[in-house]
Amino acid sequence: MIAGIRDSWYMAGRHLRNLMRQPVYIALMLFQPVLYLVVFSQLFKKITLIPGFATTSYLVFLTPGIIILNALFGTAWSGMSIIEDVNRGVIDRFLQTPIKRVSLIAGRLTQMGVTLIIQSLILVGLALLMGARFSGGLTGILLLFLCSIMLALPFAALSNGIALMSGQQETVAAAVNFILLPLMFLSTVFMAPNLVPGWIRAISRYNPVNWAVEAGRAAVSPNPNWAIIGMRLLLLAGLSVVGVFFATHAFKTYQRSV
Amino acid sequence: MPDETRSEDAAIVARGLKKTYRGDVVALDGLDLEVPAGMCYGLVGPNGSGKTTTVKIMTTLTTADDGQAVVSGIDVKADPDRVRKMIGVVDQRSTADLTATARENLTLQGRVYGLKGPELKTRVSELLEQFGLSKDAKRLVKGFSGGMTRRLDVALGLVHRPHVLFLDEPSTGLDPEARHALWEEIDRLVQGQRMTILFTTHYLEEAERYGELISIIDSGHVVATGTPDELKSTLQGDALFVELAGAVDPDLVKRSLAGIEDVSDVVVEDRRLRARADVGARAVPRVLSELESAGIQIDSVTVSRSSLDDAYLLYTGRRFAEVDQAGEEAAAAGAGAKRAKKEGGEGR
Ligand SMILES: Nc1ncnc2c1ncn2[C@@H]1O[C@H](COP(=O)(O)OP(=O)(O)OP(=O)(O)O)[C@@H](O)[C@H]1O
Ligand SMILES: [Mg+2]
Repeated sequence: MIAGIRDSWYMAGRHLRNLMRQPVYIALMLFQPVLYLVVFSQLFKKITLIPGFATTSYLVFLTPGIIILNALFGTAWSGMSIIEDVNRGVIDRFLQTPIKRVSLIAGRLTQMGVTLIIQSLILVGLALLMGARFSGGLTGILLLFLCSIMLALPFAALSNGIALMSGQQETVAAAVNFILLPLMFLSTVFMAPNLVPGWIRAISRYNPVNWAVEAGRAAVSPNPNWAIIGMRLLLLAGLSVVGVFFATHAFKTYQRSV
Repeated sequence: MPDETRSEDAAIVARGLKKTYRGDVVALDGLDLEVPAGMCYGLVGPNGSGKTTTVKIMTTLTTADDGQAVVSGIDVKADPDRVRKMIGVVDQRSTADLTATARENLTLQGRVYGLKGPELKTRVSELLEQFGLSKDAKRLVKGFSGGMTRRLDVALGLVHRPHVLFLDEPSTGLDPEARHALWEEIDRLVQGQRMTILFTTHYLEEAERYGELISIIDSGHVVATGTPDELKSTLQGDALFVELAGAVDPDLVKRSLAGIEDVSDVVVEDRRLRARADVGARAVPRVLSELESAGIQIDSVTVSRSSLDDAYLLYTGRRFAEVDQAGEEAAAAGAGAKRAKKEGGEGR
């Protein structure tokens, strides 16, 4: 356990250094969410006029969803970088050392977490500039960040696992599109829960993206429902454990094919 | 030599290793190997013969379908983590992290093995110095030349002063001078450390020079083992090379030379004829006259002393039924092995 954490720390160091060498990457990854935030918040400004829409500012409603989506999309691609390491033999070299397997995944997830926080800060900053005000205050915003990271963990781990098993970037890309797009649309990211069709609402109850969106939205709301936030975070944590377990196990499959 | 006594202080033991990859590619087909502790042991063999697969199994990267692999007395399958602590590995292709500097690569590798603080720092600087990378320590490996990267690869394998070192074609891609320098460095590092080394190579002179024992491997198993001298002495006499003027039926050539007493191991490839003779100079006139009477025109004839090259060609360039038998006898050397080959040749 201690060895696992220590090794993960070393691996995180390697990935964070890489990140610092190419900060442009963070900005590039932000292009899509910024676009969504700016365009959708303008495009659907009047949506809040629909009777039954709880919040008065669509921007305030949308921001938590966009932060969650950013986490989802930015990290699902995380498997791409492990394939690069596989192709360069770096993974093989580490597998021949006593390093704990889990650290090869956990190190990446740590870097991803740091990237997400930076990106989320930028997105929230942008929303504030655009006039959004979040009643939950700083605590609420930090909780929202936590929600986004907790959603990113299982998906990034899944992406890494698929990458290791298939060894092909194309497969990861296909899987990402196959899984993520439905998860995004079958949620309440863009529309208030009481206004989406019943069947979508029914499905969204089992959608991890929605768990994160609801918890995040609750966290920045005036009167956070702590039970909902806690429950959703717990579910996501459980999913993360499963994800990391899967990814770590994927090394076995990979090693059989080497 | 009884097997048991040797196994005791063998640093690397492989018994009946088998590995089949997806698509029914047989990489190893019952490979046996025994590397005494403290020895520098060479593995040679043609492309795809299973050298890298052997290294991958011994270094815990992948597992064998069957058979046993033991490093420093530890079973590789049963306790891979303990094996990993004992070994250093230099893979066939470079494994350095291109997006980091040389120093960062070495530092992380050291940390993984539990080195820390000033000790780690000293060790990294020492290796950079030894492999002539001090000047470039702070450059990203991405910008390194092939030779520099290779030196870094070797340094990465040595960070933790392993007991057993695996080098899979360490000198590939290096110019002769760099190759020599690399081996000198390895040699120097190993001296006094009683490190066991298993290396693979396609350069026979390298195997001959640095391998105290050599195994020739082909089609996933060992076909001959011995010191370079032993392997050469299996090939008594001289090697005979004849360039034929045109393409001919190999069987016709073999038939026409079959009558000559001291000529053996006749191989015909395209327009080249290869054979062995007890005394080359004496055999040449008879070979020429036999070929002439069979109506075969020739361009040139060369006679050369046995080299490891010949041994390699003999064991891997042609396959005969008793390949295993010949392999066993190779270490013992002498006429016995030669007879086995002769019989095998006829048996085809
Ligand atoms: N990951 C793999 N998947 C499928 N087949 C493989 C794999 N690795 C090796 N092989 C096959 O196993 C056989 C042995 O390969 P190996 O790499 O061990 O040969 P080698 O002796 O190292 O060759 P070389 O001198 O070219 O490096 C080859 O036929 C090769 O195609
Ligand atoms: Mg190889």
